[in-house]
Amino acid sequence: MMDKMIFGRYVPAESVIHRMDPRSKLVLIFLFVCIVFLANNMLTYGLLTVYTFFMIALSKVPVRFIYTGLKPVLLLVIFTLFLHLFLTKEGEELFRFGWITIYEEGLRQGIFISLRFFLLILMTSILTLTTTPIEITDGLESLLDPLNKIKFPVHELALMMSISLRFIPTLMQETDKIMKAQTARGVDFTSGPIKERIKAIIPLLIPLFVSSFKRAEELAVAMEARGYRGGEGRTKYRQLSWGLKDTAMLAMLAAVTLVLILLRT
Amino acid sequence: MDISLQNVEYRYQVNTPFERLAIKDVSIDIPSGTFLAIIGHTGSGKSTVLQHLNALLKPTEGNVVIGDRMITSEKKQKNLKEIRQRVGIVFQFPEHQLFEETVEKDICFGPMNFGVTEEAAKKRARAAIGQVGLPEEILSKSPFDLSGGQMRRVAIAGVLAMEPDVIVLDEPTAGLDPRGRKEIMDMFFSLHETRGLSTVLVTHSMEDASRYADQIVIMHNGEVYEKGTPKEIFSSPEGLLKLGLDVPEVVRFQLKMEKSLNIRFSKTCLTMEELTEEIAAAMKRGAPK
Ligand SMILES: Nc1ncnc2c1ncn2[C@@H]1O[C@H](COP(=O)(O)OP(=O)(O)O)[C@@H](O)[C@H]1O
Ligand SMILES: [Mg+2]
Repeated sequence: MMDKMIFGRYVPAESVIHRMDPRSKLVLIFLFVCIVFLANNMLTYGLLTVYTFFMIALSKVPVRFIYTGLKPVLLLVIFTLFLHLFLTKEGEELFRFGWITIYEEGLRQGIFISLRFFLLILMTSILTLTTTPIEITDGLESLLDPLNKIKFPVHELALMMSISLRFIPTLMQETDKIMKAQTARGVDFTSGPIKERIKAIIPLLIPLFVSSFKRAEELAVAMEARGYRGGEGRTKYRQLSWGLKDTAMLAMLAAVTLVLILLRT
Repeated sequence: MDISLQNVEYRYQVNTPFERLAIKDVSIDIPSGTFLAIIGHTGSGKSTVLQHLNALLKPTEGNVVIGDRMITSEKKQKNLKEIRQRVGIVFQFPEHQLFEETVEKDICFGPMNFGVTEEAAKKRARAAIGQVGLPEEILSKSPFDLSGGQMRRVAIAGVLAMEPDVIVLDEPTAGLDPRGRKEIMDMFFSLHETRGLSTVLVTHSMEDASRYADQIVIMHNGEVYEKGTPKEIFSSPEGLLKLGLDVPEVVRFQLKMEKSLNIRFSKTCLTMEELTEEIAAAMKRGAPK
């Protein structure tokens, strides 16, 4: 029932993007999030779209998989589009039908903002689809290392993140299992009146909470039993290494940024 | 209620990079009143087969016939509630499905979803709690205050209270102590006998399979590897042994004895009593040299 979820899932493959240093990927995404806001016309948005799809192609993650996984989010994107379409009342009137009037500015804003939203989601999906949670947290921990100087608990933050990411798939499986067990006891999660369906959440959520707490406790005990004492003096099994491809990828993004600045109006 | 799987194939997560063929070309008939045991290694597809029996999963190929309903990959199914009520599944580690404040409410949850009144459901809860061998006082406790074994029994009671015609059990005794195991299996068997239920049992215990089942299906790598009566399956155990599966202790003993004494008994014995009779008879005849 939860088969199509793609958030927090890693798709193993042999690609440049998979082999990149997680630090460079994180920096890249961060910069991308910033430069998306530079785009303000057809050309610049076009460039960003091309860039995003180029990255998807490089990552070798099947487009069809991304598409089915993002379908629910696509609804949100379309909702954004319509919101702008109907609520912006600037520019020339394009079209009138009954009580609906669509203005030029509304169409423009709607398309641009939902496209921006969509590109951001795509890029962050590429990050999580091509990077294992462990890599992401290792990268983050290494990038945030300077913050240790001001006593910010970087290691703890990274650990919390890696544990939560690690347990997303487990939680999904658990959800699927309990949904099936309750369906077998006559609960209907997928049809029926809204009121009934909201009530159906309780037999799902309570077992999930119970097992999550139990699992958290077991994990804590297991970690302590293996001598975990926090980040101090702890060595790393995986060493991060920044390579030529990482520099090249960032250089490419720099080039895109430059062109964006030149083309924007 | 008759259930029949016809050339069923199931793939998990179709159209994703994680697509996985779990079972293929599985055909199993479960006429009303049968006690069927399914055995096989972990990952051989047993649980996947079970979830087809009450239409939790829709086959990606082939048909599942449940009573007068036909479940195929194409049709969108409506009104599956009746099937769900008539085919009760006790999942692996069913204690994870408990959620109500009291044991009684949790047991009543299933029946009330199927439209049984609160009054009648409570009556069923009292009957079911007795069946699984727990005292009635437990009904007013929170399920989360019970021991693991008691929680398991409460969860089983929750399925029994639905009064299904077919009971499907996915390793119902995994992780229980030997006595609890025997009590629960005996309880399911007597229910099977007295109520004329169909029972489908997934188990790793060859003893349970040989003692209770009329029919045994052996799964291997998502396919039906062998099927037959316990006698048929265990009297030519080569296939089982090749898969690294066990045979019942009695059969193992008989095979060893035949080998070391270089004799053949007239038949394969599934119970200790049978075997002792055979041995006594052989001794009377005088063992051939
Ligand atoms: N939700 C799922 N998603 C993907 N694959 C699954 C899922 N459930 C089971 N499988 C796969 O299907 C196969 C059969 O699993 P299962 O029916 O649970 O076997 P068994 O009950 O005999 O141990 C296994 O290879 C398992 O990895
Ligand atoms: Mg199983």
